Amino acid sequence: MNSPFSDRLDRRTALKWMGAAAASAVLKPHLLAAESAPALEPGMTIAEHWAGPGYGADPDLVKSYEPGDLWPLTFDDHQRRTAAVLCGLIIPADEHSPSASDLKVHDFIDEWISSPYPQQAGDRKTILEGLPRLDALSESRHGKVFADLSASQHAMLCDELGVVEPDAEPDPSEAGKTIRSLQRFFRIFRNLTAGGFYTTPEGWKDIGYTGNVVLAAQPKPPADLLKRLGLE
Amino acid sequence: MPLITSSKTQPEYDVIVVGSGAGGGQAAYTLTMEGVKVLMLEAGRSYDPQAETPMFQTGHKSPLRGASTSDKPFGFFDATIDGGWTSPGEPYVRASPGRENQFQWWRARMMGGRTNHWGRLSFRNGPYDFKPKSRDGLGFDWPLAYEDLESYYEKVELLIGVYGENHGMENTPDSAPGVLQPPPAPRVGERLLKQRATGMGVPVVAAHRAVLTQRQDSKNIPPKLHPNNPKAQRVLREAMDGRAACFWATACGRGCSIKANYQSTTVHLPPALNTGNLDIVPNAMVREVLTGEDGKAAGVVYIDKTDGSEHRVKARAVVLAASAASTVRIMLNSKSKQHPDGVANSTGLVGKYLMDTVGASVSGQIPMLENLPPLNEDGAGGAHVYAPWWLYKEQIAGKLDFARGYHIEMGSGKMMPRMGTGAGLEKFNGGGSWGKQFKKHVRRYHGSFCGMAGRGEMIPNEGSYCEIDPVVKDQWGIPVLRFHWEWSDHELNQVAHMQRTFADIISACGGKVLSGGPEKDRRDAIHPGGEIIHEVGGAIMGENRRKSVTNQFGATWDVPNLYLTDGAPFVSNADKNPTLTLMALAWRSADHLVGEMAKGNI
Repeated sequence: MNSPFSDRLDRRTALKWMGAAAASAVLKPHLLAAESAPALEPGMTIAEHWAGPGYGADPDLVKSYEPGDLWPLTFDDHQRRTAAVLCGLIIPADEHSPSASDLKVHDFIDEWISSPYPQQAGDRKTILEGLPRLDALSESRHGKVFADLSASQHAMLCDELGVVEPDAEPDPSEAGKTIRSLQRFFRIFRNLTAGGFYTTPEGWKDIGYTGNVVLAAQPKPPADLLKRLGLE
Repeated sequence: MPLITSSKTQPEYDVIVVGSGAGGGQAAYTLTMEGVKVLMLEAGRSYDPQAETPMFQTGHKSPLRGASTSDKPFGFFDATIDGGWTSPGEPYVRASPGRENQFQWWRARMMGGRTNHWGRLSFRNGPYDFKPKSRDGLGFDWPLAYEDLESYYEKVELLIGVYGENHGMENTPDSAPGVLQPPPAPRVGERLLKQRATGMGVPVVAAHRAVLTQRQDSKNIPPKLHPNNPKAQRVLREAMDGRAACFWATACGRGCSIKANYQSTTVHLPPALNTGNLDIVPNAMVREVLTGEDGKAAGVVYIDKTDGSEHRVKARAVVLAASAASTVRIMLNSKSKQHPDGVANSTGLVGKYLMDTVGASVSGQIPMLENLPPLNEDGAGGAHVYAPWWLYKEQIAGKLDFARGYHIEMGSGKMMPRMGTGAGLEKFNGGGSWGKQFKKHVRRYHGSFCGMAGRGEMIPNEGSYCEIDPVVKDQWGIPVLRFHWEWSDHELNQVAHMQRTFADIISACGGKVLSGGPEKDRRDAIHPGGEIIHEVGGAIMGENRRKSVTNQFGATWDVPNLYLTDGAPFVSNADKNPTLTLMALAWRSADHLVGEMAKGNI
């Protein structure tokens, strides 16, 4: 596969999954195929995807983790490509920071929706149902899947799905329902993209978070800021 | 004497301490400094804060960006090990499924227990808080007064290090000059909340938290805490010299590898171990207190969780500090000919009058705080300001429809981004955005949110208690607790007052309420019992042995060599957060125990 996004699953990770699955006595045939890519049916519940454990109640807090280290990821190459394009549209590169897709936030979203915890189960369904719906809408409008649309076509769709008049009358038709479900999908995808992006060092810098460094004294807020706010 | 395994215990100790958190840590510290030989049993594993604390680890190199999961309900980096709202292999039972009747039980099965992750807020109870029944006719009075505990508050503050300020406020005691560490300066948003709340008559002052903002005075504090005890002074001096001051980074809930904040594992246990008088067995799940023919405590039975084996250890006295509910559980499971209803339970009161703190919160967004420049507001890793209860006079005059007070914990700041940062902005920015516009919006709104949490006093009631479940046992076959819970109108009306007040403060800042507020039903706004993790009571102290479980020193009436030094003997649960009071009481109990041993009474 030539996709720039098919590099995420190395042999080490695949073997680790199989080890973990065997350890929890839930080795499943589909995991044996994980070395190429875990081609799992969209919409399958997390229990069907991964019946293994999470990180448990006593995980190593000091080591670094990457998506896929603890449980297998879900996206196939096309889903991953679509998610990467959407990440890059929601948070593109600008003078402050790179794009969310540059920082592989789509792999974080894959980790999120592949999580064995109930806290993420709802988002799994939303994302795995939303991605094909997004393609279906793109194809019905423009004859191409979402990832292949032009910049102006992407912009039109993002405006429609990502900017929702709070007091707009809901369109009761089937098409209206589809758009509303995609607007909800977009909103949740945007929340995940933002969380994934702003938790990176690049995101910190962009947002103006300058902490997490050792200081000899507590820094004082700038005097002009306090003056502007009337808080001197 | 060090960290040991079951096979290395001595044939007999002076004292067995069950639990290694605030109560057990303080008791063991005081006892070992006085030369008493102590065996401490901790149900969780050993824990090394210097090696295991994720001080600078960041969300993007952690599972799910560090977000909350069932395994780590307070997020991946929370210090809690083998705990949370559930603990593997250790169920508990709720007698009723209703939200209002729920009790949530947070446990941490690790050395140091919940002290590793707690918020470090350290407030003294005031004079009213020890005599609440005399003041308003509700609940019970303590068998001691503020004056009896004042010197112990001071000792604990000097030992653990507490930042704060004295303001001479009603029922909010000052510390003696030089006892408190300097408080951190408020964050920008905290300054705004302070300015506007003060304008409404709600006083906002420096929070008191167990965090060192400067090195401790290791020359002068040890002789003050341990006069005429050169060995204790030396041990404490070394321990204090091993603690650094806060370096203004990383949240205290992760624990602290530089020992700048208080947790039992960095402050109580190291000097106690260095006296040479302390053995600690981790993974030791105590099942029951053993009593002799004379009915006195003779030791305890515990299960070594590493291999499931059962062990009996002996001592002249036993101190239970397993956390209020766990202590109750051990007592009720300790049945014998002399104590047919559980040890020290001739009154049938063990398990009764369980309390938590009343909690409710409101969040808001404040336009004035939009577009803050880049800032480092990590601060001391927790709250810098709070509002102590300010309506004592109105309350006693009958102008409020609830009897006891609450304090406000408030926060705002340009904090470390996490899951949720940048989420939900469609509520502010005209229905959502994407692209470069979205990035601008995230920059604009980050740091403009605020949260206010009320922490109020619950009055003990007959419907809030725990007992042994007749059926369910844990993985070692030990019967587990079943919890019953009820609120009264005092708590529910208090929550309604919180919701109104917090919404008013947010409005006074020019902001708008995002969640909570006066429209929210008080029964939905109140956090379920136990959720504030201030569980106390269950074996209350008193002056009358027929109406209480222990005397004012935490020694049980029925079994004079059995002491309780956790939250179990609490008679009331003032809004002040229990940990500092619990440690002051534990120190006082340990002094009493040392005295009784010296007199030959134990």
